Amino acid sequence: MTYHLETAEHPEKLRRVAIDPVSRVEGHGKVTLLLDEDNKVRQVRLHIVEFRGFEKFIQGRPYWEVPVMVQRLCGICPVSHHLAASKAMDAIVGAKRLTPTAEKIRRLMHYGQIMQSHALHFFHLCSPDLLFGFDSEVGQRNIVGVAAKHPETARRGVLIRKFGQEAIRLTAGKRIHGTGSIPGGVNKSLSVEERDYLLKDIYQIVAWCRDAVHLARELHETDPALYNSFGIFRSHFMSLIGADGQMDLYDGRLRARDDSGAIHFDGVAQADYEKYIQEEVKPWSYMKFPYFRALGNERGWYKVGPLARVQNCDSIPTPLADAERREFLDYAGGMPMHTALGYHWTRMIEMLHAAETIKDLLHDPDILGGDLMTTGERGFEGFGMIEAPRGTLIHHYRVDENDLVSMCNLIVSTTHNNQAMNEAIRHVARRYLHGREITEGLLNHIEVAIRAYDPCLSCATHALGKMPLAVELVDAAGTLVHRLQRDA
Amino acid sequence: MSQTFTLDGEEIPFRDGQTIIQAAHDAGRWIPHLCYHPEFKPHGSCKLCTVTVNGRHMASCTTQAAAGQTVESDTEALNGERRTLLQMLFVEGNHFCPSCEKSGDCKLQATAYELGMMTPHFDHFYPSRPVDASHPEVLLDFNRCILCSLCVRASRDVDGKCVFALSGRGIGTKLVVNAASGRLADTDAAIGDKALEVCPVGVILKKRRGFAVPIGERTYDKAPISETEE
Repeated sequence: MTYHLETAEHPEKLRRVAIDPVSRVEGHGKVTLLLDEDNKVRQVRLHIVEFRGFEKFIQGRPYWEVPVMVQRLCGICPVSHHLAASKAMDAIVGAKRLTPTAEKIRRLMHYGQIMQSHALHFFHLCSPDLLFGFDSEVGQRNIVGVAAKHPETARRGVLIRKFGQEAIRLTAGKRIHGTGSIPGGVNKSLSVEERDYLLKDIYQIVAWCRDAVHLARELHETDPALYNSFGIFRSHFMSLIGADGQMDLYDGRLRARDDSGAIHFDGVAQADYEKYIQEEVKPWSYMKFPYFRALGNERGWYKVGPLARVQNCDSIPTPLADAERREFLDYAGGMPMHTALGYHWTRMIEMLHAAETIKDLLHDPDILGGDLMTTGERGFEGFGMIEAPRGTLIHHYRVDENDLVSMCNLIVSTTHNNQAMNEAIRHVARRYLHGREITEGLLNHIEVAIRAYDPCLSCATHALGKMPLAVELVDAAGTLVHRLQRDA
Repeated sequence: MSQTFTLDGEEIPFRDGQTIIQAAHDAGRWIPHLCYHPEFKPHGSCKLCTVTVNGRHMASCTTQAAAGQTVESDTEALNGERRTLLQMLFVEGNHFCPSCEKSGDCKLQATAYELGMMTPHFDHFYPSRPVDASHPEVLLDFNRCILCSLCVRASRDVDGKCVFALSGRGIGTKLVVNAASGRLADTDAAIGDKALEVCPVGVILKKRRGFAVPIGERTYDKAPISETEE
């Protein structure tokens, strides 16, 4: 199956324009555009050019090492991998239910992760596009430019992120790549001093996060023609949903809606994910393309992440964020919003939810408790699913009787959005680039669409031994001389 | 105890029969080392404890202290040579500190920090070494072995079992266990053996402990190895 603008019929006759690397995203990727002599766009692809291999080299390692090792997939959202792997390994040690202290410390770590990652993305990576314009002066279009022109916005962005990082440090031991979560629980809780250190700033952080939601909303209201249509395309949504249909970024069951908001599936247990999700490989990217089995690869692809989560849940269990969710839904007019820039607004709603959740956890005496570990009957297969900042993250392991990992499958958030990002940039290419002289500002429109998804290309290229590779030797006339292919 | 030698200019008293490193330790002076352990007969193989005695390079764990010796240890030249030895140890094995549960408790890592080793410098060998998880309570990860032989000596001299041995020669030397199958499960190793307690790196590990000790509470989080070493 190929989509419109995915593959040109005669690429050898077309002019190639590359955005390499895509900037202000995590990891390394590139976009290639093939244009004809009239600058009409004939092919657009987001290529992921990193190659990692975690699924392979995690095999043969002891299971208790995995939550620490596998988080090295990423330097931005390591906590998500750390926790997803820990949740999977909880099943291996038979911990069906964590102690209240362990679960709440993990949640504190996770919502700190959501906060710092969302702040980094909105303020550091994307605010230059949103505040200055997509084709504004390129020398200004960065966080330094934001700090010069909008110093209070930049300062708040830095401090919100710092707060999230501090929540991670105090629960995981380090801001990046800590060890706090272990199979069956956690290795530390908070001391009173640590709790009070976070508590003294949390009310200010909540207020700033609320302001950030309003800033994102104002951007939509100021230029609805742009914000309501940029990179728009209709697709399904998917996310974990907690008890009573509420947003829960740490745990839950899978729910998917179609492009009009109707439920496609709901209440799917994490262990059943393979019955609902299939992955396709394509020869031009190291990143796989997941889709819903029941709909096939042509119609079954979907979006994950903030835009999906905020519209997929029935409510958000913290009052300020839920009020903002309702405002967002009212603005969308009763139907799901599909514009790529809607990700920013919903991402800020989630950041507010994370701040409120952290505030509530800091008032919970359980986070000071000493009962950290649970064990039970030994298991041999574990599923760990979590809503990472960028979307649903799936870890799946099998562990042999000697405690070594025998199978590992990871489906990371950015991979779910692979087709969506490709569709978004094709939409932008058709609308803004087709038939026009290509400029840096126009090419940045492509990057803006990709950035909206907050892709983590490092995370998304974790596989080894499964990827198809094709090498083509083409002569100057465009004739294929030789082709080598390794299928998946 | 009236006899003394000088260590980096400081008078160090010693008893008859003491080695330089033993006398230095009793006087509160740390000389870097990996294969030396005060409870076992010295092996003299890692060479990290090399000092100069009256100008000659000597292993301080095997050299007897003698009155009037002039011993140099904490010099830039000797520490530079020690860094090189450490770098070779790091590249000859597969030492991935970021995901190693021994991090923070590892003497190789702690000594490298202490001596300011910033990079491995040499090309990594990336040897293909196995993990032996056959024993129900103990994991052997040979990737991290530095051939210090502490487990060999502990098993032989304390446990009386000879569970471990060094096999092969030169660069082909490797740690093996005393079973025809080559599996630890088929030896008489048991929890409580001294040999299972002495590994300075992350080869011999009690299973399912992993990262139970949080960052900040591990041995060398609290103080550098020069202040905590036995």
